[in-house]
Amino acid sequence: MQTLLILGGGTAGTMAANKLRRELDPDAWSVTVIDKSETHLYQPGLLFVPFGVYEPERLTRPGRDVLDGGIELIVAEVAEVEPNKDRVLLADGRPVAYDVLIVATGTAPRPAETPGLDGPLWYRDAFDFYTLEGATALRDRLATWDGGRLVVFLAESVFKCPVAPLEFAFLADSFFEARGIRDRVEITYVTPLSGAFTKPKAGAFLGGLMDEKGIAVVPDFYAERVDAERKTLVAYDEREVPFDLLVAVPVNMGADLVGASGMGDADDLNYVPTDRHTLRSRDHDNVFVIGDATNLPTSKAGSVAHFEAEILTENVLHWIAGEPLAAEFDGHANCFIETGHGKAALIDFNYDTEPLPGDFPLPVLGPMRLLKETRTNHLGKLAFEWIYWHRLLSGKPLPVSTEMSMLGKRLDAAPA
Amino acid sequence: MQIQSAIDLTTLDVDSEGYLTDATQWTPEIAREIARDAGIELTDKHVEVLQFLRERHFEGTPLTIRRVGKSGVVTIKEFYGLFPGGPLKVSSRIAGIPKPASCV
Ligand SMILES: Cc1cc2nc3c(=O)[nH]c(=O)nc-3n(C[C@H](O)[C@H](O)[C@H](O)COP(=O)(O)OP(=O)(O)OC[C@H]3O[C@@H](n4cnc5c(N)ncnc54)[C@H](O)[C@@H]3O)c2cc1C
Repeated sequence: MQTLLILGGGTAGTMAANKLRRELDPDAWSVTVIDKSETHLYQPGLLFVPFGVYEPERLTRPGRDVLDGGIELIVAEVAEVEPNKDRVLLADGRPVAYDVLIVATGTAPRPAETPGLDGPLWYRDAFDFYTLEGATALRDRLATWDGGRLVVFLAESVFKCPVAPLEFAFLADSFFEARGIRDRVEITYVTPLSGAFTKPKAGAFLGGLMDEKGIAVVPDFYAERVDAERKTLVAYDEREVPFDLLVAVPVNMGADLVGASGMGDADDLNYVPTDRHTLRSRDHDNVFVIGDATNLPTSKAGSVAHFEAEILTENVLHWIAGEPLAAEFDGHANCFIETGHGKAALIDFNYDTEPLPGDFPLPVLGPMRLLKETRTNHLGKLAFEWIYWHRLLSGKPLPVSTEMSMLGKRLDAAPA
Repeated sequence: MQIQSAIDLTTLDVDSEGYLTDATQWTPEIAREIARDAGIELTDKHVEVLQFLRERHFEGTPLTIRRVGKSGVVTIKEFYGLFPGGPLKVSSRIAGIPKPASCV
């Protein structure tokens, strides 16, 4: 009996496990998932928790329930991989051997990486919404907040779901308007990048929306620390942004086990160097990497993990059969962007093609509009929750092709 | 009197924001000219940073301010001192490599 071992039972690990369990001979291969948490969290739903749209309880289910019956689940923290011994060590010292390993341990916010963020203000006047605790605490704070300076702050340029903080700012605009206090709230978006977005067409479109909604953008701001006493962000070049309420996307880092195993990238964000086309680890032949744990130059998003799962499954099967890794990932990402007031926009892109305007064909719900705010797009975003639990995680095919398609995209057009 | 420089920046292939489209066209002399254009007089420390950026670029490693800070070449504070404004985008332009971008 040989062992396929998957570290992490989040979006990517669950999809990979379910798909590969169906493909591998149950008499020849066991499939095991290790996750430190018993519950699976629908992370895209976190965006709606601060505004009271989704209750926190709605976002979690037992991890066991989303894995097929033939898969073993170990609930334990992984401390280290020993890639040269083909085994991992759990935090309690227990070894688990593998023949093929898939690293799917994702990325998580690390507020402690920014001095002062994790201090006395944390969960009082400074919050994240990337965790259930943060999103829930922020909901409670927003419920009684009667206005002032709201600052949405990105601590780093690489983090999961790059559109989420923008969506947060748009939804906040809508939320305060509905509460009748929008004129008492100043919303500022502080980013280390040179703008709200950097790819030309999406950048122009989203920058325009920021203007329209009266959200100020402070670009090229790389924070050195949060001055908790003065409630002020301080950049390395000594610029300052004061706030009354801070909503941060803290530095995101891959799992500590990646660093502890010497498998991380040199910049110490703990992302695993991964071949951008085959999804195999650049350093170890029988190790594959999927989802937010990779260092690939595409978005860290559930949709990306979904497209990767198709390619990864094929290549793991090729590797087991002793064949060349023929399947190639193109960096495909497809993300809805909530823009407030019951509307959303949609972007679809890959390694080589920036997000373009146009139509996006989708059976049943579609067609969606790319780089344009519509109600149908918003319904698409809400429908994603059902799709996530019932189609995506089980690894069933979705009506979106793995490879990005140019169908409906307009190269020459300015965004609408 | 205008001093004639050895390199005419207008003959280089650059994108709309002045970044070289072919990183292999770069030479230290070109760097000196682009830097001057940005109001920076290059020192050895600047050149050391530029070389680090180019090495990482050709390895295919995405560049971040944090990574430069962990390089051992300069601290983030020093990096800001050497390339005022947005240090990563300014230094990337002088290093002849593409403008740092988000994934979207
Ligand atoms: C607010 C928010 C909104 C988002 N919106 C969208 C959206 O609209 N569309 C979209 O496509 N994506 C969205 N995403 C991104 C999406 O949720 C992630 O990209 C996706 O979950 C990545 O899957 P993953 O399996 O790589 O990581 P995760 O799903 O995070 O899973 C990683 C797993 O590894 C486990 N783990 C980590 N370390 C260890 C260890 N040492 N030992 C054992 N287990 C470990 C964790 O417990 C976790 O279960 C959003 C994310 C956030 C935070």
